[in-house]
Amino acid sequence: MDLRPSDEQTQLIDAFSALFGKESSPERVRSAEPLGFDERLWSHLQELGSVAMAVSEDAGGWGASLLDLELVAEQHGRALGSAPLIETQVAARLLERVGGDDASTALAAALNGDHMISVLPRRVRGATATMVPAGAIASDVIVFDGTTLSLLPIGDDKVLPENLGTAPLADVPLVGAVPLATGDAASDAFETAIDEWLVLMAGALVGMAHRSIEIGVDYVCEREAFGQKIGGFQAIGHRLADCKAAADGAELLAREAAWAHVEEPERFAELAAMAYAFAAETARDASYWSLHFHGGYGFMLEYDIQLYYRRSRAWANVVMDPSRAYRRVADRRYGPVPRVAGAAR
Amino acid sequence: MTMDFRLGENAESFRAEVREFLSTVVDRELEERVYRSGVSHDDDFNQAMVEQGLIAPGWPVEFGGQGRDPVEMLALGEEIRIADAPVYGIGTSALVSAVIRKVGTPEQQAEIIPKALAAEIIIVLGFTEPEAGSDVANAQTRAVRDGDEWVINGSKMFTTNAHIGDYVFLLARTNTEVAKHKGLTMFLVPMDQPGVEVQAVFTLSGERTNITYYNDVRVSDAWRIGGVDQGWETMTVSLGEEHGASFGIQILRLLTAAEEWAADAVDEDDQPVLHDATLRESLGRAATDIEVSRLLQRRVVWMASEGIHSVAEGPMSKLFSSERLEERAQELCEIMGPDALRSYFDPTAPAHGLVEHMQRHSLGTTIYAGTSEIHRNMIAQRGLGLPRTK
Repeated sequence: MDLRPSDEQTQLIDAFSALFGKESSPERVRSAEPLGFDERLWSHLQELGSVAMAVSEDAGGWGASLLDLELVAEQHGRALGSAPLIETQVAARLLERVGGDDASTALAAALNGDHMISVLPRRVRGATATMVPAGAIASDVIVFDGTTLSLLPIGDDKVLPENLGTAPLADVPLVGAVPLATGDAASDAFETAIDEWLVLMAGALVGMAHRSIEIGVDYVCEREAFGQKIGGFQAIGHRLADCKAAADGAELLAREAAWAHVEEPERFAELAAMAYAFAAETARDASYWSLHFHGGYGFMLEYDIQLYYRRSRAWANVVMDPSRAYRRVADRRYGPVPRVAGAAR
Repeated sequence: MTMDFRLGENAESFRAEVREFLSTVVDRELEERVYRSGVSHDDDFNQAMVEQGLIAPGWPVEFGGQGRDPVEMLALGEEIRIADAPVYGIGTSALVSAVIRKVGTPEQQAEIIPKALAAEIIIVLGFTEPEAGSDVANAQTRAVRDGDEWVINGSKMFTTNAHIGDYVFLLARTNTEVAKHKGLTMFLVPMDQPGVEVQAVFTLSGERTNITYYNDVRVSDAWRIGGVDQGWETMTVSLGEEHGASFGIQILRLLTAAEEWAADAVDEDDQPVLHDATLRESLGRAATDIEVSRLLQRRVVWMASEGIHSVAEGPMSKLFSSERLEERAQELCEIMGPDALRSYFDPTAPAHGLVEHMQRHSLGTTIYAGTSEIHRNMIAQRGLGLPRTK
């Protein structure tokens, strides 16, 4: 048993932590609103190899492990990075997994920075891919309709909905999609992409949860009421203690799930869903309580905690709500529920 | 070095050994007998544990142990809880023996340790009092020096196994003139003597515990463990022996029972209950809480084995796992409906009624060994650096 990141991983964490510290301060996060995209941060991330690290050396990347990516995602979430780090990593890995000429061409374009390729982590229905993560800024998005996995170019006919997380989401008409794979190959590749997304998003949510708690702790150690620092009141300290235990647990679980990708692949999909569900609830609750303990100030846009409150919900909800993720755990344990046409369930 | 979430080969082979052994000595008949008696203690089982060398395998070989490391001990603890083996009596004896090994006199060590490790004596814990539960340092039981002896008067609450115990490891006030933490002393008091009275107390989980009374009980100064007025430090040694209590395995047992029920239960429309979204979510939550509980405990044990000083990691393990056990037991009982009400070991109950038992049992876990509120205080103050409550 060894719960410490390796020396190389520590260097990786430090490098990204330094980058986010410089290029994703709360001021920068605010100034990237309402679009939710900081072009300078994105170009620095690319320089540091954020897409390249996600794919294998054979495919022209660095071949970082999913655990490496998860550790980076923690820093991303901590800093609320206004750039599509996870989306583009998961998409690049999916393109590599699918293979074939079109996917390889697209991957090469993503690696050299010509294209920004995202992925919709839900099956697409109807004539529009809705609430596409990074859809407002990406050149293409990979979509799956239950049968075919396609690369959908994003044109000017996209619609950008204002949204809770000030995230660069878009509704994209399904026009001109290029098929990449069909049948089981497509379905398996897509499900694996969702598992990877869940793990990396779990990492980001862990980072958000930790930072939310730190912001709350700083505030309640400073603010006085009724003649004492309010952090001394158990009504506050006990909630924050619960949040802290959950955040530490969420961190261990997200790291374990990412580690299992290589070391215990038979458990990976189940652990990924667990890690995500648990981290989503933890970040949601930690940001809520931290905001609440700011009193009226927490309700003001000027205080940073609202940035965490909104993104911890938006970043998670664009993928999957925690209840569904817990049912996904059950799917992995007991097999999926047979679908009956017209059934009320 | 790379990250690794496995316990490792040594721990897993020890686990396999222990599992094999426990499967030969613990069966449902023993479980039911222990449950019906309310006493987590069985002579035949204890003897088998002694022969297997499992009373204190974490001790060095020269003291009668096997030199097992904290990670191996974690695997042992998990297997014991999975089997629900009746170890409470030998557990408290081993705990007190560990304290005596650290701070006891050579005479005390020679007298107590071999017998405790042979399960020939039972040592019970006398910390909590009727008027001092979570505030254990406020103990009012008095010990007054009289020559080479001390005279003890007072009462202790939840002295589990006192009715079969040979000694009670007793926290007593020896100085009323100083701050409450600084006037305490620990004694090992023989139970079989005039003035010691044991009264049964029955609990919601079915376990019998006791309240014990001490009226002019005399104990030789030779049975004082640690220094006079050093009782708080001595007791802290014993608490430090426990690397992160966890109830993750109890959540696992709860989940396993619920899964056993769900495997063939059907709803009013003759549909398998396992297709029900609410149940599936709850089972997914339980599986997740187990994983988090085990990771929080593993972290404490890993830190201990690496010599890393832990701050609030132990309390996080205990708090999270016990609170989640309580939540999941309540939730699964509700989802299972009327069948969940059928009692533990009732022949009509699904999965031997374990879910019903867990609902009752879980209530104690958020109270004993430090309530959730005490653990939250520790996490808030030590882990987060919040000011102390006034």
